[in-house]
Amino acid sequence: MIEKIVVLEVVLPLLAAPVCVLVRNPRLCRLLSLGVVAICFAIAAAALLEVRGGGVISYQLGGWLPPLGIEYRVSTVNAYLLALVTAMALVVFSFDSRGGPPRVPEQRRHLYYAVFLLCISGLLGIAITGDAFNIFVFLEISSLSSYILVSLGGHRRAVLSAFYYLVMGTIGGVFFMLGVGLLYQATGTLNLRDIAARLEPSLDDRGTVLALALLVVGISIKLAVFPLHHWLPDAYSFAPPKVSAFLAATATKVSFYLLAMILFTIFGAAFVFEELRLQAVLLPLSILAMFLASGAAIFQTDLRRLLAYSSVAQIGYMTLGLSTANVTGLAGGLVHLFNHAVMKGGLFLVVACLLYRVGSVHIDALAGIGRRMPLTAAALVIGGLSLIGVPGTVGFVSKWYLVSGVLERGWTAAAVLILLSSLLALVYVGKVVEVVYFRKPAETQPIDHVREAPLGMLAPAWVLAVAAIFFGLTTNWTYGVAREAAELLLAGGI
Amino acid sequence: MRPPSRVREMPILRVVARALVPVILLFGLYVQFHGDFGPGGGFQAGVIFAAGLIIFALTFGVEALRQVVPVVLTERLMAAGVLLYGAVGVLAMFLGGEFLNYTALDPLTTGHHGQHLGIIAIELGVGIAVAATIMRVYYAFVKRRPDGDGETREPALGAEPGEGTP
Repeated sequence: MIEKIVVLEVVLPLLAAPVCVLVRNPRLCRLLSLGVVAICFAIAAAALLEVRGGGVISYQLGGWLPPLGIEYRVSTVNAYLLALVTAMALVVFSFDSRGGPPRVPEQRRHLYYAVFLLCISGLLGIAITGDAFNIFVFLEISSLSSYILVSLGGHRRAVLSAFYYLVMGTIGGVFFMLGVGLLYQATGTLNLRDIAARLEPSLDDRGTVLALALLVVGISIKLAVFPLHHWLPDAYSFAPPKVSAFLAATATKVSFYLLAMILFTIFGAAFVFEELRLQAVLLPLSILAMFLASGAAIFQTDLRRLLAYSSVAQIGYMTLGLSTANVTGLAGGLVHLFNHAVMKGGLFLVVACLLYRVGSVHIDALAGIGRRMPLTAAALVIGGLSLIGVPGTVGFVSKWYLVSGVLERGWTAAAVLILLSSLLALVYVGKVVEVVYFRKPAETQPIDHVREAPLGMLAPAWVLAVAAIFFGLTTNWTYGVAREAAELLLAGGI
Repeated sequence: MRPPSRVREMPILRVVARALVPVILLFGLYVQFHGDFGPGGGFQAGVIFAAGLIIFALTFGVEALRQVVPVVLTERLMAAGVLLYGAVGVLAMFLGGEFLNYTALDPLTTGHHGQHLGIIAIELGVGIAVAATIMRVYYAFVKRRPDGDGETREPALGAEPGEGTP
């Protein structure tokens, strides 16, 4: 049954978007998108159950056999990602933002939901498809819609940051496209597994090396790997809070999957990490991201910017796991996808609660807010502890396996650096917690009128906070699946 | 956009446009429906069709075009076109095939007619969506003119309240 309907994962949100445009009623649109996302999550969960333990679902679009036709292929790797994206979309959509982004007038709000659905459909499409050109199409769908979503933020600079994101994202998209073109020239096929089977990468083959370089740089822009991350802090801090939560929890995660899939499935770990030695670039950049972005986060005065810089640092952890190219390290990177999505999604939803009640998330405006909004502040603390990696939270699980993987590889210095960078996280999280709980509110900014956030906002934020603890204690579903995915990727499967 | 008055006084332009526009629209439809036998298809047809209507607007004023195709209609047609395409795919699923497997559309024969029907239907969806999108883009550009004919600009999706009026 499930193998007949996995395609709905992409088709449902893709078709719900034009339905929203036709319905034109924001309330109906909200319900419709919530329903669609819930169904998508159910399908993704069922698919994950189906493929766990090495199963594969292959769906041939239009009945055309691969490699000629487009194939949707679900294995543990992408089922994990589909479940992650749909789960996050479900939580974010159930967040009641009381009227959507402020800059969207009521009579055009249906378009906001349409764009949001398109973005989800694009991200799910990248994850599910087994066709290189199809990935590019979905990459553009998700990117174009996220530029629009970012531009809807309340601040006027949202438009500027969206434009900057657009320029960077388009460059990334073009690089990806050129890389795919070169692969097509080298192999004559667009089906990912077929490319992997026909491609014989070697250092003498300039075309293939160039293709790899273009693909890696292109995806690194979308993933915000350290020196290419400049679009991210602006985009995340000016986007509407719900959008920040969704993009932080999903968009970079899908790009990470794409990078891992290109490196391990298409080019193969042996070529990338033994012949080409990509880790010589990836490892230093990851460590720089961990330190410089965390360092930048410490000096931010806006909570959203702080979280955005922390995201760049967390992406450093993921790419660090990738560059170990062993099962434990890669699984650590993959499990960090989920764990980071849970904590950062939760934190951005907390930001949305604070923005709704306090009106600003400038660090000075939050002084003493812990007394007025105890539940919101508690969720903030749980998310913060996860970012540091305190035992009992998801952050600890990721760092444990990352450090194990790095040690397995014999990089003792890198392991020490991971632990040291956690101290930087301690500083920036500590700064926020100190302000929220212990600092007296400024005379000029009385907070007596501030009340606890409404239930419709608190509940989704708390779902993620509880998940951050739950999956910190039981790792069968997160690390278990991630390890299986890592084994599959290292074996060159998809 | 009101055409400059000189264009209005050019009888040759007006007469030629009046004669050409119907032909262009007809050619658009020809490219649309002949697409499965010869060169053509929904995208090209949509472009040609919209281009014909835009020539009409350039000569007779955008107000005249808006009476034929209101802005709201273009938005709805954009969505309807995509939906038509997708609906064909979903229909094929309901009839037991894969998404967009047109063979399933005609279970009685070996599938030849199904393929034919499916292609015509989805290309129609493409044509509608493309024509509507190009016209919507044209309307959006026309409205951005600061020296437009003083009409109220509708607010963009991300416009601040009150920003919509010039």
